[in-house]
Amino acid sequence: MSRRIAGSPAMGVASLLPLAVRGPRWDGRFTVLILFLPPALVLFTLFVVLPVGEAAWYSAFNWNGFGRPTNWIGFDNYLFVLETRAFWLALRNNGLIIAVSLAIQLPLALTLALMLAERFRGAMALRMLFFMPYILAEIATGLIFSFVYDGDYGLVASVWRAFGAEPPHLLASTDTSMLAVLIVVVWKYFGFHMMLFIAALQSLDKTLIEAARIDGATRSQTLRHVVIPLLYPTIRLSVFFAIVGSLQLFDLVMPLTRGGPADSSNTMVSFLYNNGISRMRVGYGSAIGVILFVICVTFAITYKRWFMRDE
Amino acid sequence: MSNVETTPAPFDSAVLFKAAFLAVVSIFVLVPLLATLLGGFKSLGELRVNPFGLPRHWEWQNYADILFSARYWQLLRNSLVISTLTVTLTLVVASMAAFTFAHIKFYGSSMLLSYLTLGLLFPAATAVLPLFIKVRDLGLLDTYFGVALPQVAFSLAMSVLLLRRFFKDIPYELLEAALVDGCSYIKFFRYVTLPLSRPILATVGTITFVNSWNAYLLPLVMLNTDALYPWPLGIMVYQGEYSSEWHLILAFITLTILPTIILFLLAQKHIVAGLTAGAVKG
Repeated sequence: MSRRIAGSPAMGVASLLPLAVRGPRWDGRFTVLILFLPPALVLFTLFVVLPVGEAAWYSAFNWNGFGRPTNWIGFDNYLFVLETRAFWLALRNNGLIIAVSLAIQLPLALTLALMLAERFRGAMALRMLFFMPYILAEIATGLIFSFVYDGDYGLVASVWRAFGAEPPHLLASTDTSMLAVLIVVVWKYFGFHMMLFIAALQSLDKTLIEAARIDGATRSQTLRHVVIPLLYPTIRLSVFFAIVGSLQLFDLVMPLTRGGPADSSNTMVSFLYNNGISRMRVGYGSAIGVILFVICVTFAITYKRWFMRDE
Repeated sequence: MSNVETTPAPFDSAVLFKAAFLAVVSIFVLVPLLATLLGGFKSLGELRVNPFGLPRHWEWQNYADILFSARYWQLLRNSLVISTLTVTLTLVVASMAAFTFAHIKFYGSSMLLSYLTLGLLFPAATAVLPLFIKVRDLGLLDTYFGVALPQVAFSLAMSVLLLRRFFKDIPYELLEAALVDGCSYIKFFRYVTLPLSRPILATVGTITFVNSWNAYLLPLVMLNTDALYPWPLGIMVYQGEYSSEWHLILAFITLTILPTIILFLLAQKHIVAGLTAGAVKG
């Protein structure tokens, strides 16, 4: 920042000089402007902004994607979405993912970070081990766990059999399918949040902690009154990622349950896929997309305004 | 924080609890991964009675069959082509834009930058149907570019932000001196900015690569031909074909995640820095 302030007056003076003196330089900047910026702007507009606008437009039609949309039905698609029970189930499931992220994943990640931020033999290896699930593709993770949960060959089944019980088919029951997905979500993502906390812990001002210890605070007092408050910005960030991640969860669900059985484990995106994309119901699918868009943008803006003002 | 400790704690219950806790979490993470790796070495019959332990009889055939099949290599090649296209285009397009935003003042620059960062607010899935229609109308359906270009577009927001922040820290005096010496902006970008920015380019490249390598939804929507499928799509097809022959599926999973794990072990630092750096800016 300071560099820019130091630099900008020079820049300002330079641009006031007559063009004749520094014509080529201005030309140079102009060339950069018209060569360097358009590729990014065109790609972004074409593949990100326009589709969102078009989603809003298409959502007013009953359209299968062929030819031009002609069958205008106004807001009916939104009504159809809101009348679908599966939509509310998907919304509830997203809520469950967020709840589990906050109630289980976040405390787990924080505890592990506090343990592993200290240097001891094996700490580095454990950090890497816990981070590993995060870099695996969600598809691969989903497939691995569909084996783990498999009622005939899976790990869970074999544990059940060892106790002489009839193995459950966790993914095939509406009661347990979402629970099974939630466990995989924790398995996959806690390491990422742990790494966020470790990075934050390592950049903490150590003198504050030392001061507290010198003043006679015990380890747990230091933790509660010094370390955790210093981590609040990171905790808010971690919560933000957990919620955003939940809203776009899709790849993980597909190999596990495809959102089933009977829509019991759909997330918003898998609901969108199953009901809009795979059946090419463009209007209906776009309406779901717009609803998801509104949820995401409203959340992101509100959250940043309320909780992340200081960053 | 351990250096705060004045006397090394003797063997107490806290240490014991910590060790036990770490052990439980390690088992939770490791068991599914190891069972997958070992499962690929078992016969289906053995998998049913012994999914946890070491194989009593090592079946190398499962792995060998996949490694010598054209299918496996084709999937990896497709993934590699799409990811390489995505990473290259992202780095080129994003660094050019970031350079402009970092060094050139023009009317509307901050507005355009916030326009680009809108991309951080919502996932690609929200507009995937219109995106499909757009890609179809452009004639890019069922091509590598049909997948790569939208991926580039969606990775631009984060990439431009990260690169711009880094470019801005390159001393302004350097640019000024270069310009006085008659170096053009474009030459400065090519011969000074880019070489100085290798760490951040590596970071951005890594994030983009991992995301593209693992991507499922966009290829699923944009590709119809099996021959073009990247591995996440291919492995789902494979699983559909061999539905309950878990020993084969597990071997296939192991071999497809192997490149990721090797890359991770080789470039841990970059990957961790990359994936958490994106986070810091949020």
